[in-house]
Amino acid sequence: MTTSTPSRRDPAAPARTAIIIKPRKPFNWRRAGAWTLVTIALIVTIAPFLWMLRTALSSNHSLAANAGNLLPADFSWGAFKRVLGLQTPEEAIAEGGSGAAINFWWYLRSSIIVSTLVTAGQVFFSSMAAYAFSRLRWPGREKVFALFLATMMVPPIFTALPNFLMIKNLGLLNTYAGIILPFLFMTPFAIFFLRQFFMSMSREVEEAAMLDGASKFRIFFKIVLPNAGAPMATLALLTFIGTWNEYFWPLLVGQDESVRVLTVGLGVFKSQSPQGAPDWSGLMAATLIAALPVLILFIAFGKKVVNSIGFSGIK
Amino acid sequence: MTTLTKQQRDPAGRAARSKTGNTGSTRKKSRTHRMGDLRIAMVFIFPAMIGFVAFFLIPTIRGVYLSFTEYSILGDPTWIGIKNYTAIFADELFWNAMSVTLQYVALNIGFQTVIALGLALLMHRVAKSTFIRGALLLPFLVANVIVALLWFWMLDYQLGIVNEIISWLGGPRIAFFGSEQWAIPTIAFVNVWRHMGYTALLIFAGLQSIPSHVYEVASLDGASPTRTFWSITMPLLRPVLVLVLVVTVIGSFQVFDTVAVTTAGGPINASRVIQMYIYQKAFTESDFGYASALSVILFVILALVAFVQMKFLKGNESDLD
Repeated sequence: MTTSTPSRRDPAAPARTAIIIKPRKPFNWRRAGAWTLVTIALIVTIAPFLWMLRTALSSNHSLAANAGNLLPADFSWGAFKRVLGLQTPEEAIAEGGSGAAINFWWYLRSSIIVSTLVTAGQVFFSSMAAYAFSRLRWPGREKVFALFLATMMVPPIFTALPNFLMIKNLGLLNTYAGIILPFLFMTPFAIFFLRQFFMSMSREVEEAAMLDGASKFRIFFKIVLPNAGAPMATLALLTFIGTWNEYFWPLLVGQDESVRVLTVGLGVFKSQSPQGAPDWSGLMAATLIAALPVLILFIAFGKKVVNSIGFSGIK
Repeated sequence: MTTLTKQQRDPAGRAARSKTGNTGSTRKKSRTHRMGDLRIAMVFIFPAMIGFVAFFLIPTIRGVYLSFTEYSILGDPTWIGIKNYTAIFADELFWNAMSVTLQYVALNIGFQTVIALGLALLMHRVAKSTFIRGALLLPFLVANVIVALLWFWMLDYQLGIVNEIISWLGGPRIAFFGSEQWAIPTIAFVNVWRHMGYTALLIFAGLQSIPSHVYEVASLDGASPTRTFWSITMPLLRPVLVLVLVVTVIGSFQVFDTVAVTTAGGPINASRVIQMYIYQKAFTESDFGYASALSVILFVILALVAFVQMKFLKGNESDLD
């Protein structure tokens, strides 16, 4: 990609190279080219988020006249107020909103409830199963595990239709239980992820505890879990982000206002805009707030996520 | 789509490692207690087993069964044999959906893989900092829906910044989501943007597993960077690249969120991808039998794609030995 001057030496200092064998970082065109590309990639990645912020801080009416202006058009917190329900409908309409009540807080609440419960349940139950698949010995273990593994190949849409029918037959449409249940107990990935870690744990402490007569439950809760904090936290983080971002399943079973999560709510918010002039400021403010928890988690634990890609990845 | 990506990433690697790690101790003990910890294991596995059987195993079987029935939620499914399948093969909308999906996959995977490979090489050579990797990963962590809405705004015909720049440069404004010819390339691009950092990180992890002595030997032999790339990096990276391709292609075939939020399959049928079609058949037209048959076909296609890629690109063999 960057095929420029192959010479590593600094042509400007020929006398010094004779004495100093390794010249101190000479200007290197290939490096400079590479960094330019990295910078472009970073700008392409980050700029849209800044544009999101810029739009959210603009007045909706002023966007049209200032479409190319890089700064917020007619700076205003109105969009955030509108989304968070701090404006009266009249104010909202005056600023280009739809005037219809958006239950943003309610959606936020639903998202938090669903994501928290799924994360807690999935990580805990999967860790139990992963323990049974890695540290307990029982006939048929590998076969059962292979069966779990095989279902990872089934695309989610395939199970989504029958699952929808089941949730419907159970009368759980438009309930939190309906949204949560399919992901509460396990995903094959979660079990894999933890099983892999449990297998690499040292057996010595466990065996010592066993000799002391500790039960498997005691060992699991007192020794294995406390030592698996790091991978469990990583898994919890990935599960939370994944659940927070999930759209398809809650769209199927959680359309109702009372249990609508943020992703589904945002889709509705878009179509709610008055004809002709969508409330772009409001929409961007809403997406920004919806992305906030993930952004905060990422700033706090970013390293964990980034490194987990290597860990849970191919290697 | 994203969870699938994570899930499907590494069954091969894990399974292989688990076997080597465990056989010794299993054999030693199981001879003495044939049942081992069976009873206690059942307790540990019980909750996960409920979830597995109720929401993975039974639905998979039921999905296949439903594909041979006519079922509109009301009443009971009636067995109609392969009628759904014969109807599908005569269904123009199905073929349209397939062709639209294939266009999407080709554009999405083509650009995404090349860009991600470039980024991974850059990260590997010059920019190893976690901050940069984190920043590039950011779009992947934000919901599909949010990314779709953000680009829906930025690519707006009237007010979007992209069209603003295009017209500032003197070009004609483009109806990115609103025209038949642009809808699929646009959606493909949006998802390239979302996934390129993530895919780059996967490839980056693979690059790091190439031992550095191989490169040292190459540079001692005076190999040029281009030659090093084609003769060393690419062959050694192949198993990782194949896995990344399998995972991203499978994910790509199941594109839905971006389409649902932006075009809902339009204009006309221009962006009605296969999963959108399944969704509409099931939930707009209440034709669950037909929708199930469609998802069986999607399932088969995905399995074939994975199989062919693994087989012909020899994803499970390394050139390192």
